[in-house]
Amino acid sequence: MLPPLRAPLRALARAFVTATRGAPRAASPGRAPATHTAHASARALRRYTALALVPLLAATACGAQSRAAPSEPLDGGTLTFALAADPACVDPHQVGNNQGLNVGRQVVDSLTDQDPETGEIVPWLAESWETDEDASSYTFRLREGASFSDGVPLDAEAVRANFEAVVELGALSGLGSSYLGEYEETEIVDEYTATVHFSAPNTQFLQATSTMSLGLVSPASLASTTPEERCQGEFAGSGPFTVEDYTPDQHVILTGRDDYDQASSRSSHTGPTRLDGVEFRIMPEAGVRTGALLSGQVDAIADIPPQDEARFADTDFTILTRPNPGVPFNLHPNLASPALADAPEVIEAVQIGIDRQEVVDTVLSDRYPVATGPLAAVTDHASDLGDRLAHDPAAAAAILEDAGWVEGGDGIRERDGERLEVDVVFAALFNGNENALELIQQQLRAIGIDLELRLLTPAEQTAVVDAGAYDFDWYNTTRTDPDILRTLFSTRYTNRTNLAEDDTLDALLDDQAAASDPEARAALVHDAQAHIIENGYIIPVFEFAQVHGVAPHVHGIAFEASSRLSLYEAWVEAD
Amino acid sequence: MLRYAARRLLQSAVVLWAAYTLSFALLFLLPADAVTLMLSGGADEVFASPEQEAELRARWGFDQPPAVQYASLLGRALTGDLGASLTTGQPVTAAIAEALPATAQLAGTALVLSILLGGGFAVAASYTRSPRLARVLRALPPLGVAMPTFWVGLILIQVVSFQWGLLPALGDTTAAGLVLPAVTLSLPGAALIAQVLGTGLTTQLGLPYVATARAKGASRPRVHLGHALRNAAIPSLTLAGVLAGELLAGAIVVETVFSRPGIGRLTSTAVGAQDLPLVQGIVLLAAAVFVLANLVVDLLYPLVDPRVDLGPRTPSGAAP
Repeated sequence: MLPPLRAPLRALARAFVTATRGAPRAASPGRAPATHTAHASARALRRYTALALVPLLAATACGAQSRAAPSEPLDGGTLTFALAADPACVDPHQVGNNQGLNVGRQVVDSLTDQDPETGEIVPWLAESWETDEDASSYTFRLREGASFSDGVPLDAEAVRANFEAVVELGALSGLGSSYLGEYEETEIVDEYTATVHFSAPNTQFLQATSTMSLGLVSPASLASTTPEERCQGEFAGSGPFTVEDYTPDQHVILTGRDDYDQASSRSSHTGPTRLDGVEFRIMPEAGVRTGALLSGQVDAIADIPPQDEARFADTDFTILTRPNPGVPFNLHPNLASPALADAPEVIEAVQIGIDRQEVVDTVLSDRYPVATGPLAAVTDHASDLGDRLAHDPAAAAAILEDAGWVEGGDGIRERDGERLEVDVVFAALFNGNENALELIQQQLRAIGIDLELRLLTPAEQTAVVDAGAYDFDWYNTTRTDPDILRTLFSTRYTNRTNLAEDDTLDALLDDQAAASDPEARAALVHDAQAHIIENGYIIPVFEFAQVHGVAPHVHGIAFEASSRLSLYEAWVEAD
Repeated sequence: MLRYAARRLLQSAVVLWAAYTLSFALLFLLPADAVTLMLSGGADEVFASPEQEAELRARWGFDQPPAVQYASLLGRALTGDLGASLTTGQPVTAAIAEALPATAQLAGTALVLSILLGGGFAVAASYTRSPRLARVLRALPPLGVAMPTFWVGLILIQVVSFQWGLLPALGDTTAAGLVLPAVTLSLPGAALIAQVLGTGLTTQLGLPYVATARAKGASRPRVHLGHALRNAAIPSLTLAGVLAGELLAGAIVVETVFSRPGIGRLTSTAVGAQDLPLVQGIVLLAAAVFVLANLVVDLLYPLVDPRVDLGPRTPSGAAP
């Protein structure tokens, strides 16, 4: 205990000496000279303490002892899991942020489940299902005997009540209502059989039924509570845990259901959860989360920033990681902006002018895979188009040279007196964004492109993109189903990035949305991805990833297909 | 005294109204609104149609002209209805009532600590006969003012909680969880009080009445604590009123670092989400705390210094 103590104390003592020496001899604590002294001493103190913290942190990391894990899962105990932000809402129908979805997954079950390894949709609350020819109606046969935590039986009526509640929520259910797209009605065939009808083909719906956003909440709750009350945790769900207490900015406490016996067909056990309960603590400071985990104050933490990963080396603590499916972090060109509208060569040069591997190696870690196409590798039907994205600065320079962009005095290219300047709008939602873009800025400068970084708030970014006043938009999105491509790239949809009408792509995207045969769909999705990369509609850089830290006595925390937490199989060793 | 109280009450009402109006105007001037923010949804695939967006705006009355929104919000606020949070759906009064006890506990403890620490430093610095010790004691407060709360909090957590394992890093509502956040929050205030009170004490001790008291045989402690401290305390008391506001602002940082629920956290999430009703509610609360603290301080003056008279003529300077 003593040696790590000595260093910071010495630093403090030295800072005091600096401070006292600098003070005027005659005691006159007037504000001006005093503050001046204080600045100098604070600077000194900051420097010394920064140095002092190095051995301190190292000592923390070495504190763990190795232990032998028991081979059989144990029942009982609670898990304390620190989240980076308040979920704001714990109703899985309404919430759209990662924290809320992580909580929501534990409290509702879904009609189907998706295998995160194979992407296959497997039975959960529905034992079986059928799709009609053009994927516009789905018939689910429910398992019998399933129930909600308030004792209400889970039947076809409950399924109808849930889909109708989500449609009713509209924009309050951003994810759920978009999955239900052209929803028409749910027909009750018999007590345990329901058919969902859409007015247009909707292939992605089957995968969507595996998400928490379309998870099942008791129809009694839906009828008797307002959306606001459900956000605060006042509902009975179908999941293995129930919300015991949600106190904003403090915690969400979940309790395991004793009568639970409707686990997914994919689970390694049946019956109630192994844990008695889960306490999600809200801890906004990343460094404090890591310290709290390593010092044994919490059992697991979410969202370890890349710079903190090293603190886990040589410890028994594990880093649990999985890339997010969906669209990787990317530079999405605005094809209507003056700088890019008639300059396909600039997009082409940027595509191969970025050294993606260097971005991952330098400012991130190997937990964030290099992007290989418009879809992250763990997304259903993702294509590996990595060879078309390979770093080739010489070829990039040649492309620009051929198009008439010649190097100017400061290394930035010019054409007809116009400098090659483009901007990118981004928000600091992921704390690696700024570092990654700064490196990309340097890489592009090397081929003569001046990339201006515009750091905005998330709301400002949305507003700027909606107004079209930008060249590149930097973002990622999470979705397991490749239909996300239609949302982002079809000119018949929102077309936020102003693609010129592209009949080939629109047709591919519409056809995949209507293809009920998986193989036919896969081929269409592959063609769409190749078309998107070939035409420079997206410049993918790296895949986002979930990076969580777990104490040695915690086991069985798993990721579901959209890389959110699944705690049904989790268990802890007794202290 | 009654007329004084009535006038102060009226002033308070004006301050509250001005704070409410200003914060409304500020939030309106920002480029985006709560709806855009909600639909920008972070790292997720929320893509609402324009119709859905319009529906959300209508739901919260954002489709009305600003003047109409302002009038209806103010009208409801006057009846005590501050509306519901846009992000959580919780009534604003309930959200504030839920967060307030934790912050009151934290800020109250920090205020007491500030006064004890700051006062102790100032008195010790002027009382000690060792010039070395006096120099150290006088140099520390400026250092305390200069150290950012955020950084102090992180260092304290790192050393006391993670390294020594003495106190929890999660500043929950237990007594042990209160220690580190309260100490962190109290430091800037303690340093300010030490500086102002220290200056006051030095000045007072140089005045002729101190020499007179000493000549009449009063002991050193009596001159220090009985005479000089009492006279030097008036400016510090004024400062304590200001500190109440500073503590609320400091709570934003301290509650974030120590993962404590409270008004500070509520403020940062509400501002981040441009949750208009919630921000307005918090602004009203902060203004009310400020007004109240200053009123209490003003009422305390006559107790500390009998020369201060709260009658209608003296304080405003309208000489008879």
